[in-house]
Amino acid sequence: MIALAYWVQSLLRVLGGTVAVLLPAGTIVYLFLFKMMSFMQSRLGPMEAGPYGSLQLFAEVGKWLQKEDIAPERADKRIFRIAPLLVLVSTFLLVAVVPFGPDAYFTNFDAGVFYMLAVSSVSTLGILIAGWSSANKYSLLGGLRAAGQLIAYELPMVLSVLGVVIQAGTMNLQSIVMQQNAGSIFGWDGIGNPFILTQFVGFLIFMISVQAELTQTPFDMPIAESELVSGYMTEYSGFRFLIFFIAEFATAGVFALIASVLFLGGWGIPFSWFGWDSVGSIDNWMNVGGPLIMVTKMVVLSGIIMWVRFSYPRMREDQLQRFAWKVLVPLSLLNIMATAILKVVF
Amino acid sequence: MTDLADRQKLSYIAAQAADARLNVELETEGMTLNIGPQHPATHGTLRIIVRLDGEQVVWAEPSAGYMHRGYEKLTEVRTFPQVTALINRIDWLGSFANEVPFILAAEKLMEIEAPPRAQYIRTILFELSRIANVSLFLGDLGVQLGAVTPVFFAFRDREYVLNLIEAATGGRFHPNFDRIGGLKDDLPAGWLAETKQVMKRLRGFCDEIEDLLFGNEIFQSRLRGIGVIPADVAKQYGLSGANLRASGVDWDLRRDQNLPMAWDKADWKVITHPDGDSFARCWVRLQEVRESTKIVDQLCDSLPSGPIMAKVPRIIKVPEGEAWVSTENPLGEMGYYVVSKGDLGPFRVKIRSASFNNISIVPWVLRGVYVPDVISILASLYFILGDIDR
Amino acid sequence: MPSKLPKPKVPGLLKGLGVTARTFAETVKPKKMGGGAATVQYPHEKESPPIRARGVIALREDNCTACMLCARSCPDWCIFIEAHKDLAPPRRAGGAPRKVNKLDRFDIDYALCMYCGICVEVCPFDALFWSPEYEYSEPKIADLLHDKTKLGEWMETVPEAPALEAGAEKKKGK
Repeated sequence: MIALAYWVQSLLRVLGGTVAVLLPAGTIVYLFLFKMMSFMQSRLGPMEAGPYGSLQLFAEVGKWLQKEDIAPERADKRIFRIAPLLVLVSTFLLVAVVPFGPDAYFTNFDAGVFYMLAVSSVSTLGILIAGWSSANKYSLLGGLRAAGQLIAYELPMVLSVLGVVIQAGTMNLQSIVMQQNAGSIFGWDGIGNPFILTQFVGFLIFMISVQAELTQTPFDMPIAESELVSGYMTEYSGFRFLIFFIAEFATAGVFALIASVLFLGGWGIPFSWFGWDSVGSIDNWMNVGGPLIMVTKMVVLSGIIMWVRFSYPRMREDQLQRFAWKVLVPLSLLNIMATAILKVVF
Repeated sequence: MTDLADRQKLSYIAAQAADARLNVELETEGMTLNIGPQHPATHGTLRIIVRLDGEQVVWAEPSAGYMHRGYEKLTEVRTFPQVTALINRIDWLGSFANEVPFILAAEKLMEIEAPPRAQYIRTILFELSRIANVSLFLGDLGVQLGAVTPVFFAFRDREYVLNLIEAATGGRFHPNFDRIGGLKDDLPAGWLAETKQVMKRLRGFCDEIEDLLFGNEIFQSRLRGIGVIPADVAKQYGLSGANLRASGVDWDLRRDQNLPMAWDKADWKVITHPDGDSFARCWVRLQEVRESTKIVDQLCDSLPSGPIMAKVPRIIKVPEGEAWVSTENPLGEMGYYVVSKGDLGPFRVKIRSASFNNISIVPWVLRGVYVPDVISILASLYFILGDIDR
Repeated sequence: MPSKLPKPKVPGLLKGLGVTARTFAETVKPKKMGGGAATVQYPHEKESPPIRARGVIALREDNCTACMLCARSCPDWCIFIEAHKDLAPPRRAGGAPRKVNKLDRFDIDYALCMYCGICVEVCPFDALFWSPEYEYSEPKIADLLHDKTKLGEWMETVPEAPALEAGAEKKKGK
């Protein structure tokens, strides 16, 4: 590792973080929101801006930036303006702990999982104050719904991740990746030991909670355009709406990245293929290959999230709560117990 | 009142109690929410004023009239041929079906009857407009419940039906094809064969919607047991069409009336459902599209040859008298009470449109439900704004 | 309580995913193999409307006698006709010159027109026709008022009436 000055490192980290937030957002919006959704509805989607409409996103961003930044007359203006930024901040904080390669990470600390779960709820605060400060009944209902929903689904998410933590014996995301790729299934190490095999229930619960956390259909009641117009985003326009929009899809990308780290082996490839056995022995090219592997896994996982989004109708608020508390929480508790018992047995 | 859903009864009592408690104990107030006139869920400009306790509706009332165009008055200063051009804008999704009862009423006054071929083509176009109308409902239902994809399927396959209507009549949305004594024109060559192909496609569309929406457990949990309307309440509020049949009332004007149309020449059945909830209403409509495709298929096969116009004077003067004709339109019973004084135009036309009566039950059925259910119940009641406000 | 539904073999949630995936595959499939989107990329390719489509009204000026039937039967009165009496050369040599109505103005305001087709139907002299042309939108609403030269130009686009379905009775005229 080349020694860099602190400020160079910081600059690189900020740039890398921006890329790691914007790139997934752009990919998801173009690949899934523009193209996959259109194909599923037997139309072609945007085709005019750039080849196959690939520059459409820039056109949209340009449009939003040109729009007037309007705040409602009776809104709590300062809070109203901060809210979207707060939502986006949570995405940046999340991406900070995601490892992209043996040395390609922003920060690597031992309480990674704990931190990740903690900062993912910062966005709840942003959504809640956006709903409250808009001085709009629909926004208020949407914000309250969002708060209730995000808190309800935080719990199964934490509990499902606990299974992974128990199995790995660490909260460090980098170590979790290592363990999966260095592991073996009953002595066979051809594909390592991705936790999706042992923690399949946990994976399902995690993905469902992510779906809810991202407020994607079938859990999109906070936005629910046929009921609440646009929920907490109703009064936003211009670049503040754009920030909400970026945050929504960037968070989808980041959560897909985290899911791939926790359950699919992250940036790694099974170490047995190249005879690696520890962090030090991993070839340097993995710092380039790792992010590519991560992006591939992210595209697959966020593709599933979006596929579900485009196919399902929305649940009702009370059904959603009931599902979280009566199904997901007990199930994830059982999962933790089973994991703990098996951990002791093996 | 029998069969009131337990949940609904309980929530109504809870709402009453909540109201009392709000005012006395906590000194908090409920919230009045205006759903509409501009709201994505009302497909038009219907305003529904709901009083909320949390997310529960304590009281609701529809406020219609934002799109009133005064058709009843407009018809008084138009001649009979001009009226048909106007009234197919009442229910703009099933426009041909709007013309038929008016023309039948005028024919009743003039004591003429369209030749059999015209009756068959009228029935085919009537059912095509029902298919175009209800297939859009099936897609829109998805949007109201948050599923984005079904509506595109609906628009895609409705397009084929609209193309058929356009090829036959010249107008995609507003055919203005029905004339007193028959039809404006005969069908173009090759139309029947194409129609049968499209009907096959639409049955495929029904299967697709059934897989995508009706079989979906989330969809079922959103609609089943919600917005239950018992049969006697439905009758008291004057519901008609699929809303009434979904409450278990076997009532269909296509079968029960003896009109000069060709429904009795085809073999089809009236779909009913015992539940009376939102799901039943949507399910009945889905099955009705299937039945309609069957009717169209059979009538295309047995279309008689002959003229399409009875002997009618060039300048139409309807003799003095009054006539009432109603038919089973896509939205329910639609009828015209035509009063003629022997002039070129009608003296007075009373329009009974289905949606206006269908939404009159909204205050009753919305008590005690949650805000998301307000939307799904309204969607399942299926109204068209033009049909409410006329 | 709602009646029981039959239990499906495949859970409805999976079936729903299947429907969207199938449509996805169908749209991605190349056009040659019967796939492709249901939509048309409008300015690049166009759908041709059916022959009877009511796109725009064309006027054959020679046939018009300014009888005002169309203007009177229009439900929203969007046709404006002005004419004056003129002398035309006699039919037979040596006869008296005929009196004819000469059109000064024949305007249709497409901003008002409801495309009901009554004017075309009532015209007793075959002066009005439907053309399926539809691309005549204008940035200014006043430009939607088509005068008689513009209406005359549409005559080129008027198609032959389509053949009728088997069993139809032949009608005289149009």
